[in-house]
Amino acid sequence: MAENSINKDIVKEENLVFKKTGLFTDKPLSYCPGCGHGTAHRLVLETIEEMGIQSETIGIAPVGCSVLAYEFMDIDMQQAAHGRAPALATAIKRLYPEKFVFTYQGDGDLAAIGTAETIHACNRGENITIIFINNGIYGMTGGQMAPTTLPGMKSSTSPYGRDIQSMGNPLKITELVAQLPGTYFVSRQAVHTPAAVRKAKKAIKTAFENQKLKKGLSFVEIVSNCNSGWKMEPVQANQWMVDNMFPFYPLGDIKVPAEQ
Amino acid sequence: MAKIKGSIVVNIERCKGCGVCVPSCPTTVIALADEVNGKGYHYAYMANPETCIGCANCALVCPDAVITVYKMKVNE
Amino acid sequence: MKELRLMKGNEAIAEAAIRAGVDGYFGYPITPQSEVLEYLMAEQPEKRTGMVVLQAESEVAAINMVYGGAGAGKKVMTSSSSPGISLKQEGITYIAGAELPCLIVNVVRGGPGLGTIQPAQSDYFQSTKGGGHGDYRLIVLAPASVQEMYDFVGLAFELAFKYRNPALILSDGAIGQMMEKVEISDQKPRWTNEEIKKMFPWATTGKTPDRPHNIITSLDLDPNKQEKFNHKLQAKYKEIEKNEVRFEEIQTKDAEYLFVAYGTSSRICQKSIQLARAKGIKVGLLRPLTLFPFPSARLFELSKQVKGILTVEMSAGQMIEDVKLAVRCSIPVEHYGRMGGIIPSPEEVVTALEQKFL
Repeated sequence: MAENSINKDIVKEENLVFKKTGLFTDKPLSYCPGCGHGTAHRLVLETIEEMGIQSETIGIAPVGCSVLAYEFMDIDMQQAAHGRAPALATAIKRLYPEKFVFTYQGDGDLAAIGTAETIHACNRGENITIIFINNGIYGMTGGQMAPTTLPGMKSSTSPYGRDIQSMGNPLKITELVAQLPGTYFVSRQAVHTPAAVRKAKKAIKTAFENQKLKKGLSFVEIVSNCNSGWKMEPVQANQWMVDNMFPFYPLGDIKVPAEQ
Repeated sequence: MAKIKGSIVVNIERCKGCGVCVPSCPTTVIALADEVNGKGYHYAYMANPETCIGCANCALVCPDAVITVYKMKVNE
Repeated sequence: MKELRLMKGNEAIAEAAIRAGVDGYFGYPITPQSEVLEYLMAEQPEKRTGMVVLQAESEVAAINMVYGGAGAGKKVMTSSSSPGISLKQEGITYIAGAELPCLIVNVVRGGPGLGTIQPAQSDYFQSTKGGGHGDYRLIVLAPASVQEMYDFVGLAFELAFKYRNPALILSDGAIGQMMEKVEISDQKPRWTNEEIKKMFPWATTGKTPDRPHNIITSLDLDPNKQEKFNHKLQAKYKEIEKNEVRFEEIQTKDAEYLFVAYGTSSRICQKSIQLARAKGIKVGLLRPLTLFPFPSARLFELSKQVKGILTVEMSAGQMIEDVKLAVRCSIPVEHYGRMGGIIPSPEEVVTALEQKFL
């Protein structure tokens, strides 16, 4: 058996260097194998754990693959109607200004049906954190075209590839919200390699810490994969993401406060 | 001379066998097992345990957080 | 002696909200209810009580702000008029499905579509039968005066929190816009965050070690659990029907005929009663204060006494269906109404009574 290879001399509590954050519930993640949602969840939870703010944090789950995020995060959470998470977060933060409030949304939720809520929460400069998972597709409903689907990219509702003439252009909503005076910190990251995960973690932590400064909204996009929707194996999907998604959605900080 | 030796523990029943950890490992420790777990996934395991340096790269990219990482200094 | 003020119905809603210790109001302008938001913005309740007032980007956003605030255990509300209330239905069904208390005020205008800005009562079905998708009910209060606009704010929150259910004040453009004297109540303090944690252990106030994490959702993918939850909701509505029916009767003791009307129409009917009785027609009025729950039992009793019922509504006849069900087709039930923003005159109501029954 493969597990026999564990080295009993090394596997001791005092030698521990990495373990799953205690802020996950015991429920197995419902995401497809290799899906970036799990890693993005973990980074949010690690941040909350490290900041010691579990009892001060309220999260908002979207409609989409991560609709059940509240099942996996041991955080007080509300599940919003499709696209409306920033509206819920706005009210909660204004009613509890000292709490930490975040939304966790996919591209269909945030950049299509919830565009108005997203833009206006950003423009008002609500002191919340928005975590935006962009995999260019509607994963949960079975791989339909999303607002962020790339030109020429195939989906179940663009089976011959996204035709810009008839289906319109992909929306770079992260660049768009970075233009608004209400956003304080805007960053685009990924979670497909160890280095990318470290950078994404840093951005998410910054986004949560910014809530203390009360200077506006922090927005972190995670460009992610959708193996099932893209119809690829996980490792292949990550490579496709590097080759196709990143040129259109380049990684890095998009808006950084002047004093940082 | 002191050397770093590492080890990972995979929660086999929670592993979905996505294989994202495999290319993340700088010392090609990890492979997917021929056997499957209760869900039918070819889970990740240490195919070359002696080369593990406990860098935790695999755990960082594991979407299901099923990998726990340990490391220690060994004098040779 | 309590303080008396001359106020518009919409202003009474706003002042009552501040005095009831409301934590948050989230609105969007629409005629004929914009004075609610205007009054609150001018009054700066954040200085008076710490109440949050926010003009949202849409009715959809406003109701979802209410959803968020209610889920966190706060006393929150919104108001709008018919087209805006249609937009809010998405949020309202989520709020009902998540069993959250809140207040929605509808200052009804004529429809369908953009309709008119004049008063109507054509949102009865939408208000009392659910409004959005799924099997749910709102607690619906129907004020007929500016004083009741004021008083029903506190009552609506009391019922909403008692049953963890959204409550709706179904007003109309006439009551929202007209001015009457209002007896102002004393300022109630807002609940502290500590009180909220104690009173509403289900609220998302931040997970503490002493309890599991709180989840506010209307989703359950397991059909067996979802059906069980629906049964729980239905049992709650039955309980509300048992306990919370409110109505007023005017000159029903000797009545041979009965008007059934709420809100503005009920005021018209009071004058119609005088005119009809001067002609020797013994007519009375039953005015529901709660449209859900509906005073069905009392109407059935009255059906054994009166020869016929005329429902008077500023609609094509919506409440009449509930009246017919209440009297179990034992006596004739007729409808008289005007639509599109027209308020019927007391004389035409009497003429309708005579034409239909005499």
